[in-house]
Amino acid sequence: MEATTVAKTGTEGKSWGGGEKPLKASYGKLMMWFFISSDALTFSGFLAAYGFTRFKFINEWPIADEVFNHFPFLHGVDAPMYYVALMTFILIFSSVTMVLAVDAGHQMKKNKVITYMALTILGGIIFVGSQAWEWSNFISGEYGAVETRSGKIIQFADADGNRVALDEFATPTPGVRTKHENKNGIWFQSEGSYNPLGIEDVKKGFAANPDLRVRTMQLTDEGEKEVLNREESLLKLNTSGIGVIEGANLTKNEYGAPLFGGFFFFITGFHGFHVLSGVFILIIVFFNVLLGTYEKRGSYEMVEKVGLYWHFVDLVWVFVFTFFYLV
Amino acid sequence: MSVAAQPLANDHAHEEGHHEPTFIEKYIFSTDHKMIAKQYLITGLIMGFIGISMSMLMRLQLAWPNESFWIYEVLLGRFGEDGVMDPSIYLALSTIHGTIMVFYVLTAGLSGTFSNLLIPLQIGARDMASGFLNMLSYWLFFISSVIIVSSFFVEAGPASAGWTVYPPLSALPQAIGGSGLGMTLWLVAITVFIASSLLGSLNYIVTVLNLRTEGMSMTRLPLTIWAFFVTAIIGVVSFPVLLAAGLLLLMDRSFGTSFFLSDIYIQGEVLSYQGGSPVLYEHLFWFLGHPEVYIVLLPALGITSEIIATNSRKPIFGYRAMIASILAIAFLSTVVWGHHMFVSGMNPFLGSVFTFTTLLIAIPSGVKAFNYITTLWKGNLQLNPAMLFSIGLVSTFVTGGLTGIILGDSTLDINVHDTYFVIAHFHLVMGISALYGLFAGVYHWFPKMFGRMMNKNLGYIHFWITAIGAYGIFFPMHFIGMAGLPRRYYKFTEFPYFDDLANTNILISVFAFITAAAQIFFVYNFIHSIFYGKKAEQNPWKSNTLEWTTPVKHIHGNWPGEIPKVYRWSYDYSKMNKDETEYVIPGQDFVPQNVPIQEEEEEMTE
Repeated sequence: MEATTVAKTGTEGKSWGGGEKPLKASYGKLMMWFFISSDALTFSGFLAAYGFTRFKFINEWPIADEVFNHFPFLHGVDAPMYYVALMTFILIFSSVTMVLAVDAGHQMKKNKVITYMALTILGGIIFVGSQAWEWSNFISGEYGAVETRSGKIIQFADADGNRVALDEFATPTPGVRTKHENKNGIWFQSEGSYNPLGIEDVKKGFAANPDLRVRTMQLTDEGEKEVLNREESLLKLNTSGIGVIEGANLTKNEYGAPLFGGFFFFITGFHGFHVLSGVFILIIVFFNVLLGTYEKRGSYEMVEKVGLYWHFVDLVWVFVFTFFYLV
Repeated sequence: MSVAAQPLANDHAHEEGHHEPTFIEKYIFSTDHKMIAKQYLITGLIMGFIGISMSMLMRLQLAWPNESFWIYEVLLGRFGEDGVMDPSIYLALSTIHGTIMVFYVLTAGLSGTFSNLLIPLQIGARDMASGFLNMLSYWLFFISSVIIVSSFFVEAGPASAGWTVYPPLSALPQAIGGSGLGMTLWLVAITVFIASSLLGSLNYIVTVLNLRTEGMSMTRLPLTIWAFFVTAIIGVVSFPVLLAAGLLLLMDRSFGTSFFLSDIYIQGEVLSYQGGSPVLYEHLFWFLGHPEVYIVLLPALGITSEIIATNSRKPIFGYRAMIASILAIAFLSTVVWGHHMFVSGMNPFLGSVFTFTTLLIAIPSGVKAFNYITTLWKGNLQLNPAMLFSIGLVSTFVTGGLTGIILGDSTLDINVHDTYFVIAHFHLVMGISALYGLFAGVYHWFPKMFGRMMNKNLGYIHFWITAIGAYGIFFPMHFIGMAGLPRRYYKFTEFPYFDDLANTNILISVFAFITAAAQIFFVYNFIHSIFYGKKAEQNPWKSNTLEWTTPVKHIHGNWPGEIPKVYRWSYDYSKMNKDETEYVIPGQDFVPQNVPIQEEEEEMTE
């Protein structure tokens, strides 16, 4: 046995030779990295599905600049992408404060960690709140549209091509029916959103305003939506219009292809869920920092791990942002 | 957390005041990898019993399609009234059989059992990197198993759209009974399963990376560990894409989106779904689905490498080539998914690309088969049951693999697409092969798991009936497949063209019943040996790997003293000293990994 005590394993000094951490990272950090690669592939799956579908409708996909053009307190002002740019900036900035928190953790400066983590959490909350605001705008819609027999969407514009909202020219016929609420009659059934505006009202209003034109989903060579002339417009609306769509849900939306809404809700929702989980984890870690748990442990590695996750969530947003809003 | 926890974990065995674990801590919510391995094995075997029973019911139906059997009524209830099997339950049986065998038995049961048991023991670690996540992984698997089995008790029946659950069939509850609540349960079960698999895989990967003992370089790892390691990586890469597909499908089913649905008329009604594509689902599904084949097979190949080398008393032939081919298979597995979609309406040009990548897999697979055979060549073969099952695996891997070349070629595949030829191919190459790997692993590591030996003679009976029976089932299946017999059909008597094949179907079913019955020998042997088997010695197979340096009695932390250091690779069998006069250790034809290089020994250059 004497030989064993002096024997060399033959791998001394080699970082992959065993008895060492070859990647110079603890198991927890490595797990976070591998978890991130796995989660990245889930998002890749979604984005690939989005690309696949969008390519299928390449000539009629909605123009993001027209859909996401709201800004708080600026009603009626066309502000394409302003708000989402701000959201993105806030999220990326929260990544910066996260880096500063991790760095402060390396230097064992508890108070700085607290400050920067608080800022990060704030950034995360603002982002999730902004996304809720985006969703609410997306859901309520602005102009409204008419659904055609083949499941496409037609929108309305004036002779100059400026968008016109349905309620600007069509008024609902009163007294046809009222919205069903669960207090009248069958209590377990309620009607989510009943639109009093019917397709006949739209057709009537359209016929009465010679200035109006139909705008189809088709993209022209200039990358704009095609606007039909008056005769074609009347024909199109009267022969194929079958219903009114205002706003968006998972099945239909006033912006264009139904799947545009489906993917918007699903992918931004899935990402928002990640941000929200991230905020909760950050809050838990934040309280541990406050309580001095990591100070006692002598290492702020937990802050670093949650930081990795946070950067990943930001990075995913960059891709979601690119594919939904920019391209 | 981990920085402080790590050294603690390594010195666990010396810790003072170690309290005696309660029953619940020891057997139920255990964080010890050896116990978790046993939990995986037993759950996996029970699921295997359920899965194989389902195939027996299907074989009974296929052999005698117009006769009634009371067993249907007993087991299937209202789906087997008056002993006549309901056609819808046949589809459900094939769906759940596939799901259970692929995911629950051969993914969790095989890789869950042996990764957990062997990774810490063979690399020289006290336990997995995170015992808690490991426990969580098992219990998620358990919950998932309960959900999938419970789907048999919902009113409209369990998922029936095939184990691949292609939409639109799987997406529309009004399409078939099985696409109602049963399908939702299927999706929930698989989602939980993916979470379980992810937690398990993360643990396996980081344990292999960070917790190897001193001297255990990557090129001294036993091939089992390489296989488990790479399997875990494939799992981390491909399961999340199945999650993506599953979640989108769930949205289509329950919330009215149309990701995979378009232009559907059902029961005279036009549905509002518009714009989606079922081919998109197939792409997402098979991006997991194909790597899944290797998630199932690689652990079995790893186990086989270890057992064949040990029982040939020879070093494994081409150790580095084996590692390279595992890595090559892992890489190629992610770029071949389209060969499952040759007739899906995918662009035919893509078909030829996927044919090319698919045929490339024959190279690393050929390397592996060749290396097994050359390891066996002129070895001092110890034909115990584990070895027989390993050799059986090599055999089915080769025979099943050959038909893979036919199916991988788009022009040939179109002719046998969706026939019993496909069934025969994948059952041999991944089903039977992986099961042989599982059996080999159980026979080989049973002494390590339960401290007792399994009965050898019962093992021989089990092997020979299974081996002959499995070929009896799947060899004729190739021919009825080439004759055009389609898969997933409840009966063929409506087609006079297939009348000639009825007798072959009876033959196959008889082989199936005999083979299934032979598993009773295994079950009896397994349970009986746990309690009454011959007491195991520490190293019953005279093997080199580190798990045989631990005491027979399980202790928390694996080694009573310090963790052994490693001085050599794990395949120094029958190694001679410099003058070729005597074994390196005189009188002993193996040199365990924890034995330093001897004076009279020539060191292998790595």
